[in-house]
Amino acid sequence: MTGKQVLLIEDEPNIIEAIRFILSRDGWAVATHSDGTTALEKVRAVAPNLIILDVMLPGRSGYDILRDLRDDAATKSLPVMMLTARGQSKDRELAERLGVTHFMTKPFSNAEVLENVRTLAGW
Amino acid sequence: MPQGQLTGTRIRDRRLDQGIRQVDLALTAGISPSYLNLIEHNRRRIGGKLINDISRALGLDPALLTDGAESEVLDRLRNAAADNPDAGAEVARTEDLAGRFPGWAALLAAQHQKIAALHARVENLTDRLTHDPQLATSLHDVITSVTAIRATSSILADGGDIDADWQRRFHRNIYEDSQRLAESSRALVGFLDLSGKDSDALRSPQEQLEAWLDGQGFHVAALEDCADCADGEIVIDGLVKGRDAATVFVMRGYLRGYYADALALPLDDFCRMARDCAYDPAQLADQTGVPLVQVLRRLATLPPEQDHPHMGLALADGAGVMRLIKPIAGFTLPRGGACPLWPLFHALLQIGQPLRQIVDLPGPEALRFECFALACHLRPPGFDRPPLVETVMLVRAALPDAAAKGIPAGITCRICQREGCAARRSASILSEVGG
Repeated sequence: MTGKQVLLIEDEPNIIEAIRFILSRDGWAVATHSDGTTALEKVRAVAPNLIILDVMLPGRSGYDILRDLRDDAATKSLPVMMLTARGQSKDRELAERLGVTHFMTKPFSNAEVLENVRTLAGW
Repeated sequence: MPQGQLTGTRIRDRRLDQGIRQVDLALTAGISPSYLNLIEHNRRRIGGKLINDISRALGLDPALLTDGAESEVLDRLRNAAADNPDAGAEVARTEDLAGRFPGWAALLAAQHQKIAALHARVENLTDRLTHDPQLATSLHDVITSVTAIRATSSILADGGDIDADWQRRFHRNIYEDSQRLAESSRALVGFLDLSGKDSDALRSPQEQLEAWLDGQGFHVAALEDCADCADGEIVIDGLVKGRDAATVFVMRGYLRGYYADALALPLDDFCRMARDCAYDPAQLADQTGVPLVQVLRRLATLPPEQDHPHMGLALADGAGVMRLIKPIAGFTLPRGGACPLWPLFHALLQIGQPLRQIVDLPGPEALRFECFALACHLRPPGFDRPPLVETVMLVRAALPDAAAKGIPAGITCRICQREGCAARRSASILSEVGG
C-alpha cells in the first residue's frame, strides 16, 4: 500500500489539513501544494499516482493546470479529481471537456473523497 | 390634471371649471351641442382647427388640452398588447377602449408600465446575482468554510484514534473556520437583504440617476446654490454619497456637466433672458456667448416651480446609446430601440451643425414636437484617436397647427403605425392588425 502518492493542490490550509489527515490515515503518502503558478513543477517533482486539484487557486486556475497536464504526454492519463465550490453544470462541462477524471463539488464528505481516491488510483 | 386623462374629458373639466354651458361653448366653437357632447365623452376624435377653436373659446393654450397624455396611455396600451401577443388584445380598438373606459385604460396602462419596470429590475437583479464579484466572493467563502468545517468535524466525530495534538489542531481549525463562516454569512446576508434598502438597489445606474433627477424636476438646486463656490466637487460628493460605485460613476459624470452649465449660465440671468427671447436656444447662445450645446442642456434644467415651458431632453453617445432621457408629456424614448428618425440621431451625421426640426408623431392626437439637436466632440479631434461624441436634443411641444413641415417619426417601431417607413427595423403590432 505504501508508495501510492496523492498530490493535493489546494490553497485553503484547513481543508488541506483535513484531507491530508484522512488520506494519510488510509495509508496514502500525501504531498500538498498551494500555488497555481508553480503547480506543474510540483507535479513533475512528486510524480503522484493521483492529483486532487482545486479550481480556484492563486496565480493560475485549476482549469489551466488541467489543460497543461492533458497536453503533456507524461501526465496525459494521470487521474485528476477536481474540487470546486462552483457546482454549476457549465463548470462541470468545462472540466470534462478538459479531461478531468472526476469532478467533486464542495462541501464533500470525507468518505466520498476517500472512496473516489481509492477508485481513481486503482486501489 | 391627472395623467392619462383624455382630451374630451379635459375639455369638459375646463368648461365646467369656468361655468360655461355646453351649448354656449359649442356655439362659440361653431359646432352643435350634440357633437360637443360626443367630444366631451371621448366618442369623437378631435384635432387641428377644432381643438384650436375650443381652446380659444376656453381661453386656453391648445397644448393644455392635448399635451400628449392621451398618446401616452395609448402607447402604453399598445405596448401591453405587444408584450402579450397571445392575449388576443383588439389592438385596432385601443382608442375605443381608452375613450369609453378611460379609468380602466389608465389602470391597464399603469399596470403594464409597472410590470415592465419590475421586469427590468428582475433582469438587473439576475445580472447582479450572476456577475457580481462581491456575491461570488461571499458564496465562495461560505462554501469553503463549510467544507473545511465538515471535513474536520467528520474526522473528530468518526471516533477513530486521533492523538491529542491532532485533536487540538482540528478544534482550533473548526473554531477559525466557524468564525470565517460567520463573517462571510453576514456579508452574504447583507448583500442579499434588499428589503430594507431603497428600490434603487434594483435599478440600473442610469435609471437611478433619472429617478433621482425626476424627484427634483431635473433641477439640481444644490449645484445652483454653489455656482459661485470654488469647488462644486464637494457638493457633488455629497449628492452621490451612499450610492454604489457604478451609480456614482454615472451620476458624477452628469452632475459635473450640470455644474459646468450652471457656472457658464447663472440661473437668474438665464431665466430672465430665456423669457425675453421666448426660450429660443439660438438667441440665447448668441446673447450669452455660451456654446449652444450648453444652452440646450441648461434649458431642460430650469426650476419646475417657476412658470417655464416644459422641455424634454435626450442625451446619447456616438453609438446612439441613451445616456439620459428627461420625458415630457407625449415624448419619451426607450433606452434601446428608439425610432432613428429623431434629430438626436441625425445630428450625429453632422457633428457641430445645429438642427431645428418639427417632429410629428403618428396617431389621431397628431402630437408635434419642436426639437433642437446638436452633436459635438467631447475632446478635440485628432488623427491618432477616434472621436468621442455626444448628441443632445431639447424637445418641447409644438402647436398642432404650426406651419413648419414636420418630420414623421415615432417612439419605437413596434407601436408605430406608420406604413412604408424606410427606417422600420421591426414589425408593428398596429400594422399587423391592420393587415
